[in-house]
Amino acid sequence: MPDGAEPILDVSDLKTIFRTRDGEVHAVNNVSFSVAPGELVGVVGESGSGKSVTMMSLMGLLPSPPAEIVGGDIRFDNEDVRKMNPTRLRALRGGDIGFIFQDPMTSLNPVFTVGYQLIEPLRIHLGLSKKQARIRAAELLALVGIPDASKRLSDYPHQFSGGMRQRVMIAIALACDPKVLIADEPTTALDVTIQAQILELIKGLRQKLGMAIIWITHDLGVVAEIADRVLVMYGGQVVEHALVKDLFARPQHPYTRALLETLPRVDGAREERLRSIEGQPPNLSAHPSSCPFAPRCGHVHDRCRSENPARRMVSAGHDVACFWSPPNAG
Amino acid sequence: MLDEAPKILVSVRGLKMHFAIHKGLLRRQVGTVKAVDDVSFDIYEGETLGLVGESGCGKSTAGRSILRLYDPTDGVVELEGQDIVPVTGERLRDLRPAMQMIFQDPQACLNPRMTVGSIIAEPLDEHLKLSRTERRNRVNELMDAVGLNRDFANRYPHEFSGGQRQRIGIARALALNPKFIVCDEPIAALDVSIQAQVVNLLEDLQRKFGLTYLFISHDLSMVRHLATRVAVMYLGKIVELAPRDALYSAPMHPYTQALLSAVPDPDPNAAERKERIILEGDVPSPANPPEGCNFCTRCAQVMDICRKIEPEWRDHGNGHYAACHRLGEA
Ligand SMILES: Nc1ncnc2c1ncn2[C@@H]1O[C@H](COP(=O)(O)OP(=O)(O)O)[C@@H](O)[C@H]1O
Ligand SMILES: Nc1ncnc2c1ncn2[C@@H]1O[C@H](COP(=O)(O)OP(=O)(O)O)[C@@H](O)[C@H]1O
Ligand SMILES: [Mg+2]
Ligand SMILES: [Mg+2]
Repeated sequence: MPDGAEPILDVSDLKTIFRTRDGEVHAVNNVSFSVAPGELVGVVGESGSGKSVTMMSLMGLLPSPPAEIVGGDIRFDNEDVRKMNPTRLRALRGGDIGFIFQDPMTSLNPVFTVGYQLIEPLRIHLGLSKKQARIRAAELLALVGIPDASKRLSDYPHQFSGGMRQRVMIAIALACDPKVLIADEPTTALDVTIQAQILELIKGLRQKLGMAIIWITHDLGVVAEIADRVLVMYGGQVVEHALVKDLFARPQHPYTRALLETLPRVDGAREERLRSIEGQPPNLSAHPSSCPFAPRCGHVHDRCRSENPARRMVSAGHDVACFWSPPNAG
Repeated sequence: MLDEAPKILVSVRGLKMHFAIHKGLLRRQVGTVKAVDDVSFDIYEGETLGLVGESGCGKSTAGRSILRLYDPTDGVVELEGQDIVPVTGERLRDLRPAMQMIFQDPQACLNPRMTVGSIIAEPLDEHLKLSRTERRNRVNELMDAVGLNRDFANRYPHEFSGGQRQRIGIARALALNPKFIVCDEPIAALDVSIQAQVVNLLEDLQRKFGLTYLFISHDLSMVRHLATRVAVMYLGKIVELAPRDALYSAPMHPYTQALLSAVPDPDPNAAERKERIILEGDVPSPANPPEGCNFCTRCAQVMDICRKIEPEWRDHGNGHYAACHRLGEA
């Protein structure tokens, strides 16, 4: 991992609120992170923890109303994203920053051929001629491992299997040589054998292309396999952040620790009974004035209920938003 | 109970469930989907048989055929020695209380306009003649058993979280004191922290009421936790069946080996060590399965014979069954 490299994307204190008829949803609370070229940052957290809204906020992809970004600083290559005009922002999305979503069918247009959907962004963002774009499109499909690439350009999305469609999505996201690739649960809907194919593909592409990747998932196994660094989100906040090996070897936050303990595995010792985290995730109807995990936490004390802990450093590159420290920490 | 031979509760032999594919104005039959194609296995009283495999391999269809929610195309399904495949009408209705199902998406099978109390009581109303007091007591008992607050009996499903809705589904399935429950991906839609709660509940109920489960899942690590024995399905067929530990530590069938190796390990050090078997391509269509072994198109160890002759389902000792030409005689 490029140590101390300048981040290509740098986010600080991002805060996003939805104002709905049923009241406010404080979906993202003071989220800060950065990603450097060549680095893969994994974002884990259960559903509703604010992973998608964080990424959508970055790119101005949320409809407003109901969404409002009420605070934060977003820098892409030292440029202030929140001050960009719509033209520049469009060039950023799909040009400098590529997106892959969980369900390719919602983001691939069923009435256009895959070739068209690859060629359009190449012409718009890179200004290629029709012929050049077609050649590049076929190269991209081949790059993501689709057999008979140039023939398949004229096929429609429904003519591809689930795994192949996700490859097409990746090809589209990579079309304009993005500096940052944001992948939102790209393998969640896929079977494990197909997920293994996609993870293998991404590992290879990383080495080849050297871009920064943000990989959102709820699967700690996937994170362990591909991430350099990990952000753990809970209730709209980053509760822990560390290098991947550090996180699994020395988890600090009670939520991270509990998650790792509840996970059954396909090998190693088998627990007679699963540890579970009792209770439910928080509702996000107000700005947090306490730790969001406090109601479910085994180490809760009075302060956690009256103050939301800020992220604090525990060791180089490892921080946690918690007042408590595990016994053998240090 | 120690030395007694385990009693067979459900015995399945040569079960086939084929769906006709119709096309055109005249609805001519143009083919058949062999969703379940000649599977045989037993389920012992009090055990959990795990049924794993990728989406579309026929797990749900197998579960539903065994419960006689479908009319199987062929085969025998014995419940306590009685073949229930030919049973129809009123006599089938009388069998229903003994066999129940828990579904993946509790939302979809809970009537949003009914209170939780009446949802749980519905099977009671259908099959028993209880007085109002008896009915209320039974509902309270069931809500206690699954860990739902009985004061919430008058609330509606949408007022509950995903995990709690799954508890409602479980209470309803338990209402008529079933012997056998097919759990069809009951935790797939839940977050990791909630999955453990539901799995622990299922285990507690099994112990308390002596239940027998067919646990359908694509989550191999959860099945390792829950199941006593595991069956692996691929393209309508069971390719391997073995006691849990044997299946996970010494899988025989190349498909089982690939499937297990594809599961991401939540340990970054193991992820580096692991030699992964990456399967090429996709699962063929069950409307047009390959000749010979169903797995021959993706198998790394394929031989000529595999493309011609279907491998025999054989006992390899100690209750370990598999169908593969690579495996010698027992
Ligand atoms: N359009 C919306 N209106 C209101 N609330 C929303 C909207 N989109 C997301 N949310 C809420 O924001 C929170 C975070 O959601 P999300 O970022 O999608 O979670 P994740 O991706 O981690 O599963 C959730 O509580 C969700 O209900
Ligand atoms: N009612 C049906 N009519 C036609 N085909 C069906 C029907 N139900 C399931 N299938 C097909 O049978 C195969 C097995 O499906 P299913 O049992 O749902 O698989 P799984 O539960 O393992 O994902 C799939 O190809 C599916 O499309
Ligand atoms: Mg999301
Ligand atoms: Mg199914």
